[in-house]
Amino acid sequence: MSTKVSLQHEDFDVAVETAALSRGRTDVGAIVTFAGICRGAESGEPIAALTLEHYPGMAEAEIVRHVEEAKRRWPLLGVTVIHRYGRIAPGENIVLVLTASSHREAAFAAAEFLMDYLKTKAPFWKQVERASGKTWIEAREADDIAAARWQNPGTREAAE
Amino acid sequence: MKLVYFAWVRERVGRAEEEIVPPGSVKTVAELMTWLKGRGDEYAYAFEQSKAIRAAIDRNHVKPDAAIAGAREIAFFPPMTGG
Repeated sequence: MSTKVSLQHEDFDVAVETAALSRGRTDVGAIVTFAGICRGAESGEPIAALTLEHYPGMAEAEIVRHVEEAKRRWPLLGVTVIHRYGRIAPGENIVLVLTASSHREAAFAAAEFLMDYLKTKAPFWKQVERASGKTWIEAREADDIAAARWQNPGTREAAE
Repeated sequence: MKLVYFAWVRERVGRAEEEIVPPGSVKTVAELMTWLKGRGDEYAYAFEQSKAIRAAIDRNHVKPDAAIAGAREIAFFPPMTGG
């Protein structure tokens, strides 16, 4: 089981990170890749950039804790989570979640679980930069609803 | 104890962190927010919608009724918007 969690300003290479999860082994049958990318518009209005603020002491520990929870719930062979912070321009990567397993069901479910968690509980905040000034993005209720579905501990059986 | 602020809570308070010694009567996170509101206009503004503000004690998410006794670091921040 390989686990990689990184908080960084630097960009990441999706192909390199994906290849690293199956290199030198033949038990991985499925890798789900989720890449979150900075859109050029927010609420229909063009943006210049996003700035991601985070809680350095807490963010990494919280993500690691949820990766461990994902490993308990699903038969995973590898997990990679990379979350960028700082100023990010439209078209650039923000976040990467990779989940590897023997079969697709666990990989899909674990990737969704981790993304739903990152959206609602990982201590990151997005600020939008426009010509008119800077504003903080408000949390979306839809993200809370998506995250709430994982609270049932019976998820593992259902997902397998 | 150390207080740390993030995002618009940090902007409204006007600082990222500070050391405070709340009175003994302040026992929970919610009571701490109420006490902070009385420290000046910037705190009153930052914590005016205190129900919308989330908190962490020693880097673990907590609810407003969590006890602050023994806390080394308490963080206040808006609902998270990562991912």
